[in-house]
Order: sequence, then C-alpha cells, then structure tokens
Amino acid sequence: MKNYSFRFEKLIFALTLATALLAASCGGKKNPLPPPPPTPPPAASNAGGAPAPGRPVVAEFTIEPSTIERGQSAVMRWTVTGSSNVSINNGIGTVAPSGTRRMTPDATTTYTLTATGPLGDTMATATVTVTGPAPPPPPSRNTNNGNRGTLESRVQSDLRDVLYDYDSNNVSDAARTALQADADALKRIFADFPNASVNVEGHCDERGSAEYNLGLGDRRASSARDFLVQQGIPADKLKTISYGKERPVCTESDESCWQRNRRAHFSVGQ
Amino acid sequence: MTMPISRSKSRVAGVVLLPVLFLSAATLFAQDILRWINTTGAKPALAVIEFRGSGSQQFMDKFNQTLFNDLQGSALFDLRPKSMFPLNNPQRPEDLRPSDGGQGFALADWAATPVSASHLVFGYTAAQNGVLVLYGNVDDTRQSNPQSASLMASRYSGSLDEAGAIHVAHEFANDIIQKFGGSGSLLGSRIYFSSERAGSKGPDEIWAMDWDGQNQKQLTRLNSLSLYPSVSPDGSRVAFTSWARGTPRIMMIDSMSGRALPFYNQEASVNANVSFTPDGKQVYYISSAVGTPRIFVSSIDGQGFRPVSHRDGIEVEPKVNPKNPSLLLVVEGSPHPQIYQMNSDGVGVERVTNGQGEATNPAWHPDGQHFAFSWTSGIAAGNFNVFVMDIGSRTYAQLTHGEGRNENPTWAPDGKHLAFMSNRSGKFQIYTMLANGTDVKQLTTQGVNRYPVWGVK
Repeated sequence: MKNYSFRFEKLIFALTLATALLAASCGGKKNPLPPPPPTPPPAASNAGGAPAPGRPVVAEFTIEPSTIERGQSAVMRWTVTGSSNVSINNGIGTVAPSGTRRMTPDATTTYTLTATGPLGDTMATATVTVTGPAPPPPPSRNTNNGNRGTLESRVQSDLRDVLYDYDSNNVSDAARTALQADADALKRIFADFPNASVNVEGHCDERGSAEYNLGLGDRRASSARDFLVQQGIPADKLKTISYGKERPVCTESDESCWQRNRRAHFSVGQ
Repeated sequence: MTMPISRSKSRVAGVVLLPVLFLSAATLFAQDILRWINTTGAKPALAVIEFRGSGSQQFMDKFNQTLFNDLQGSALFDLRPKSMFPLNNPQRPEDLRPSDGGQGFALADWAATPVSASHLVFGYTAAQNGVLVLYGNVDDTRQSNPQSASLMASRYSGSLDEAGAIHVAHEFANDIIQKFGGSGSLLGSRIYFSSERAGSKGPDEIWAMDWDGQNQKQLTRLNSLSLYPSVSPDGSRVAFTSWARGTPRIMMIDSMSGRALPFYNQEASVNANVSFTPDGKQVYYISSAVGTPRIFVSSIDGQGFRPVSHRDGIEVEPKVNPKNPSLLLVVEGSPHPQIYQMNSDGVGVERVTNGQGEATNPAWHPDGQHFAFSWTSGIAAGNFNVFVMDIGSRTYAQLTHGEGRNENPTWAPDGKHLAFMSNRSGKFQIYTMLANGTDVKQLTTQGVNRYPVWGVK
C-alpha cells in the first residue's frame, strides 16, 4: 500500500510540475484580454399586461386540463400574432404562430413561450400540474449483486477491524462497540447484497510462533463471528479464516503496530 | 475468557513448584546436555594428503578435487590446510613409524601443531589389470600405536579413466562420512522451506534445496500462502498448509516433482501442521473441526481421522517421536504456549518445558531422546532462540544467542546439524549450524525464506 500512495504522490507532483511549466512557457506570448461584452438590456416579460407597441401579442397560451394524474395527457394551445418566430422551452422548440400539442409530462412542468418581434420579445407561461406517486428511481448500481467492486468498497469502508489484547481472543469493551457497529453495517450490506458472504479474518502480531498464532487467529475470528451471530447475522453468511501472523498490516516491532495486527478483519467472501 | 480450574491449578504448580524441581534437575544434569551437544557438534580435524597414482597419475587431479569437495561439503569436518603438512606424506600403512622427528611418517607429526589434525586420510591409486584401484586409509592421529590407530583401510575399484577416479573418490568420501556421521549422511539430503521471492506481499511457495543451499528449486505454484512444510521419513512426500482455497488446508505433494497427492481435509476453518509417523503410514495434524484447533491422527491420505486429545486449549505442532509411540506438541498455556509430551493415543499428557516464556517449535533429534525448540525464556516476547533439551532429564542448552529471532529448528538426518530460520540479517533466511551452535552458515539470500524442514532426500 505504501508503494501505491508513494507512486500516486509522485504522479501528482509530476502533473503539477508539468502544468506549472506549461503556464510559465505560455505566459510570455499571451495576448491582452479583450474588453468585456456590453451588458444587454433586461428582457421585459409582459405577458398578460398591455402589449407594448410593435411587440408580438400572445392571444392564448394554455394547457388543458391544467392538472393531470401521472400517465394521463394534456393539450397545450397557443395563438400568437405579430411574430414570425415563436418557441416553447422544455424540449418543444420552434413552433408555428398558432397550434396545439398533446403531451404526457412525468412531473409538474411550467412551459415558457417566447415570441420574437422587431421591437422586442413577448413571453407567456403555462403550467401543468402532475399528481400521483413518484416513479421508482432508475436501477442503482448498489442493487446490482454482480458488482463486486461496490460490495468490496462497502466491506472495506463500512466494517471496522476488531482489536484484541496480546495472546487473547477476549472481546473487550472497545471490541464489543466495534462489533456492534459491524453487526449493524453487515445487516445493511446483506440487505443490499442478499447473495453476498463476508470473511471474518483472524490476525495476530508477530511475537508468538507462526503455528500457535494460526490457532489464536482462528479463535479470534471465531469469537468475532459468534458475537455477530448473536447480533442476528446469519452464521452461513460469515466464514472464518485464520491468517495467523502471515498477513500483517504493518511490520514495525512496537506496540502500536502489534495492536493494529491483533485484529479480526472483514473481507468479501467467495 | 475464564480459565478452566484444571489449568489454574497447573499454573500454580508451574509458578511455585516447577522452578524448584527444575533447578535441582538442572544442577544434576546440566553437564549431560552440554557434553551431548559438544560431542554431537564437535568436528573431526582431517588431514587429507595429496593422493598419487601408479599408472593412474593423470586422473589424480580430479580424484583429489572430488575427495576434498565431498569431505568439505559434508560440513562434518575441519579440513586442515595442505600448506601446513610435513614433508613426508605416508601412502601405505607400512610407511608409518612411531616417530619421524616431525617429518610426517609418524601420526604424532600430524596431531601436533601446526597441522593439529585428529585424523589422517591417506593412500594411493594404481592401475592394476586395466582397472583403477584405490587404497584408502583413515587413521586416528592421537593413537601412538599405528596398528590401533587405523579406523579404515579399504580398497575400491573403478574404470581406468577420469570417471573411474571420480567414482572411487565418491565411494571413499561416502564411507568416511558414514564412519563419522553415525546414523546418516548429509549427502543427498534436502531442506524444504517456504519462500517469498516475488516481492513483499507476494505468494509464499514451497521450495527445496540441497543440504548446502545448492540447487534451490520451486515445488509449488499456487500463488497463495504455502507454509509450514513437513517431510515424510523416506523423503518422498512433503505436506504443508495452503490458503489456496481460502481457509488454511493441508496439501500433500511429491517431494521431487511437486505433483499433488490426495489428502482429505476435514470440514474445518483450520487444517494444518502435519507430522508423519516413522512408518510413513499415518499423519498427525491439527484441525478445528470440533472447535478449538486440536490434534487429530489419520492415514496418510487424510482418511480415517480421529481426535487424539481432548484438552480445550489451542494445540498445535504435533511432532511424532521417530523412535517411540509418543509425540511432542505445543499447547496454549498461561501465560504463553509450552511444549508438552503425550502418548500417541492422546493420554499421558505432560508438560516438558518449565512454563516460562513461550516454548514452541519442538523438533525431534533422530535419536528420539533429544529435541530442539524455540524459546523466549528470560527475554522479550518474540525474541526466540534455539535450544536443545534432553527429554529424559529435562536439561537444556542454548544454541543461538540473541542475534535477531531464531526459530523453527529442524535436525539433519545425520543428527549433527540443525537448520533454522533467523532474521539476524534483516529478512528471515535459512541457516544451518552444528548441534553445539557453532559453524553457522546462511543458505538462502533471495527474498524471504522461512519454516525449514530437513528430509533424507
């Protein structure tokens, strides 16, 4: 892992350096910035008000019925005079000066009609209200059981190591807290991944013999598994694997590293 | 976890009574184990003369080179430098006389400084009837009478060419090694071990090498953890613990080809730590099939298994005695694991180490009376040293002295050498030494190499 992060840092550094060099080399040749464009006058919206002279008139812009249930349709009608360029937003686009259109919107939508004339625009709005339950969201990647990557990331991020004392598989108060949190997280994971199984790995620090630690790691994994089963996790979802002291997370010979290695760790099962 | 009452009792006994018993035993018998390791570990000092040939002189360079290399390579001998040899080199026993004034025709000339040899290896070859004949002798230089000094006086024959000269040199060297090696020779023996050579966090595979570190050869390609090898008494099978299928399981392979042999694993989170019986028909191993890992016995293919111990503590490392129907094993202790002995049917369980520190990795000497082990007695947890104990008197001697961790000793078939693993140079590597802790040699350098076990082939 150290190697990876080291390489990643080097990559970032190299990219930063390259960007800086590029900027520096381009700086001398850069042209002065052009002046900002003039601010356009605010567009007046006067639908329903007195039409300004020379502007188009929106005689009608309605949707009937104005309230529908989801799946039903409604009809939009519009009549515009004094404009040769009429458009409606929300995906309708340019339309004839007068016309109708049948629509089945999924959700309540407000449409804006814009009629362009020689002296300015005239705008009008119409709203159709859609009632009924929200549709289900599109299928999420999280409910795709074939997706190991997401299950792995959940197991990696949601489940905490359970730590043990030297030469012991006793579940301490701290370990109990960790295991209770792990039980809750496992319930959520198994709800999202009904076919998944999770390995409970038992690990040890470097001090005892490799052979004895194989037995001790088995006990640690079993004690963690038993606790989780008591919390309602199905036993057949959890498989214990002892690694003894063969897969340490760190290799320093001091208590802080030894403590990190004396652990039950979770990984995705087969 | 609360300790069962029986174990609490033994803890009291261990703390209060045993050191007293042990100290008195140690005082009585300490000399025995020291004498044993020193006689077992001391090396004869050989003076090997330059052999000459009568009608076969053109092959003698090869002959002398082969004889010297075989004797040197056995690690059994201290070969004295030829530059210190006296003027006269005897070729026949008749050449020897009671005294020669330091000129070389007296054994005393070879025993004295600067040669300081304990034994003289001498003789010659001759072409006789189209055959190359070797007359080879070994004499004890510390005997004043040439007649009683003779240990070996043998004749060997081979073809009258270079191959014949090499052949008779090998035969003579083998006989000398057998003469000094007792039960067995190192020649042809191999050390099996776990090696991680594809960078850290890479897979550990099972490897084999000759007793001197030559011909290192990879046996498994499981791309997983392959650890704790053991070897059958005839050297034909290697069993080890594999994580290739998730949980640790026992795998059995052919020791030459690495080909997998059938072994039935019980349904269990752990099956590991195989030890073969002397007849090679059964194995003892540990399994968590009924809860805490404990000792089981089965036939060599894993069938017909049954538990042989019913303690509720962790039991690992069963090691079958090569001579008696009993085994050593490591049992969870308070505070730390200790070595126990029990009958092969699981009764008569008795602790043999004194309860201090962690005592682990028992390894029987071929005599079935002594065993090597790793122990943290008197030092920080984890800083193992290799010790050897006499099972009868419980006296022990320390063979390594705090140079890193020193673990997993294993006896050579000759009963004079041990291999072990040590991280004295940084990463774990495999070393050999003599039974008295001297003549330490590093056999591996590439990657990380652990868990050696010494087989007859």
